[in-house]
Amino acid sequence: MSTTMRAGFVFTGAMVAVSIWGSAVARAETIQVAIDKVAYNPVNISARVGDTIVWMNKDIVAHTATNRDKSWDFMIFPNKSAKLTLKKAGEIDYYCKFHPNMKGHISVKP
Amino acid sequence: MMLNKIAAAFATLLLISGAASAQGAKLNDAQIAHIAYTAGLADIANAKLALKKTKNKDVRAFAQDMERDHKAVNDKALALVKKLKVTPQDNPTSKAIAKGQADERAKLSKLKGKAFDKAYIDNEVAYHKTVDGALQNTLIPSAQNGELKSLLETGLKIFQGHLEHAEHVAAEFK
Repeated sequence: MSTTMRAGFVFTGAMVAVSIWGSAVARAETIQVAIDKVAYNPVNISARVGDTIVWMNKDIVAHTATNRDKSWDFMIFPNKSAKLTLKKAGEIDYYCKFHPNMKGHISVKP
Repeated sequence: MMLNKIAAAFATLLLISGAASAQGAKLNDAQIAHIAYTAGLADIANAKLALKKTKNKDVRAFAQDMERDHKAVNDKALALVKKLKVTPQDNPTSKAIAKGQADERAKLSKLKGKAFDKAYIDNEVAYHKTVDGALQNTLIPSAQNGELKSLLETGLKIFQGHLEHAEHVAAEFK
């Protein structure tokens, strides 16, 4: 085996190690949702269990992020944020209690 | 009873849009700002009356939202007219709105309990429909200043949310 080839195997091994470690870290993502002009942006989110959603209210009035199943309900004042760590997989429909024309969806994968 | 309500709402709509169109091209930003601000003040006064009288938790929550949101929007409007060095101008449309809602409050203040709750929330549905219509069809298209137009557009989305919220609460009393 030539020196060049051996170096190549070592390099590949290191890449695999990095990518496994990388995907484990990438699992705990923070997903930003802006609340602006009476809308959640983005409206639809794809996330994984363990990810954290952060809603930032850039509007002039208070809003809520309220799960339709009532399991969580955050009141978010202007220039404030709210945080939620996703604990289980499933489809979540949420809305603003004060302005029910504001609707959002989170698709949580295992 | 229902017909009376529809007729009353329609009359208010005619009064507002009629007064606005009678002013025609003369409706300037100073007047538009005054109309939007007056409409907000009237709804804050309605909310304060409801908070004094209601014992229903959904009506109370709705009234608290109205007081908080309309104050926030009006504070923004005041800051904007100050920045633009515009003095809001009283006009027939503002007067029609203020008088129309003062008359409604006079009627509401004679009611109690569930009758009050239902009449308050029905008026909120009708009033938000009227104001949203006036914003969409008259005030926003007429506004010249970009910042005022943008504030009115955000206001419209907020008030469309109020209308939907009011309709949910009103459904309880059907």
